[in-house]
Amino acid sequence: MSEVIVITSGKGGVGKTTTTANLGTGLAQLDKKVVMIDTDIGLRNLDVVMGLENRIVYNLVDVVEGNCRVKQALIKDKKYPNLFLLPSAQTRDKTSVNPEQMKKLVEELKEEFDYILLDCPAGIEQGFKNAIAGADRALIVTTPEVSAIRDADRIIGLLEANEIRKIHLIVNRIDMDMVKRGDMMSVEDVVEILAIDPIGVVPYAQSIVVATNLGNPIVGATEDAGQAYVNICKRIMGEEVPFLELAAEGFFKKLGKLFKRGY
Amino acid sequence: MGFMDLFFNKKRTSGDTAKDRLKLLLVSDRSNCSPEIMEMIKNDILEVISKYMEIDKEGLDIQITQTDNGGEGSAPALMANIPIKDLKIKK
Repeated sequence: MSEVIVITSGKGGVGKTTTTANLGTGLAQLDKKVVMIDTDIGLRNLDVVMGLENRIVYNLVDVVEGNCRVKQALIKDKKYPNLFLLPSAQTRDKTSVNPEQMKKLVEELKEEFDYILLDCPAGIEQGFKNAIAGADRALIVTTPEVSAIRDADRIIGLLEANEIRKIHLIVNRIDMDMVKRGDMMSVEDVVEILAIDPIGVVPYAQSIVVATNLGNPIVGATEDAGQAYVNICKRIMGEEVPFLELAAEGFFKKLGKLFKRGY
Repeated sequence: MGFMDLFFNKKRTSGDTAKDRLKLLLVSDRSNCSPEIMEMIKNDILEVISKYMEIDKEGLDIQITQTDNGGEGSAPALMANIPIKDLKIKK
């Protein structure tokens, strides 16, 4: 049975696209057939994060307008033959597509794929409405900041109003050192305030920036961030996976890092 | 604040402040109460109370907050702080 998942946040810049890329890749690593749809028409980015920007021929708007068949617009991933991207159009705007068309497209893709991930644009306007139209469940990405959590709360309200009941939270870019000092809200704080269940916690990691620079998702890497994404994928598939024990860097780890830098 | 906190003079961290600000913010966001409506409520309250006593119109503060029922969940509440200038009942 296939599942349609929208990755949304309200606020921009909290990591929706990076999350989509990593979860898509992670589910493909677990042998699922996955398609990721970039619904951010006019500001497409998922192609860049996946490192597939040079392979685009057709896009989402072409498919919806009937300029090509869906299969022609799907780009196969560099590494995983069971992972595909449907890129967004760069020179059009959000009104080029409507929720009904998105629903129809998603229904068509359901026949072929196990998971359909929708990368939602920031905001609560047309782009958001398009992205959630065909979704069975939603993953809300937020960072431990007042503005991001406030927007996430608004999004939860809108999703519920649109009868999407399966909503889970991903707390992104948590810095355990700052949480320990009391200068960042903890995962428990965020979960308590938003009152929805977490499905994953991704620590802030420089390696995610590096991975994005290179266009290679980090999921599956041995470090915490890579493992955090793997765990989210497994939870999406219904497995019960305990949450990672994210520790603040202790004195010795910091000391070790200092030596590793090698002067 | 617990007994031990008193003992160690535990400082309020910026994370605590963020959490408190956010909680207040969400109560008013969720209540769907626009600043215009709050202003109208404020004016109506002023009008009613002014019938009976003289109050400081500038110092009036009204907001929607959350009551703390000792951890047993909390409910939204309308809090008004109305400084009285003269308690004498107008005749």
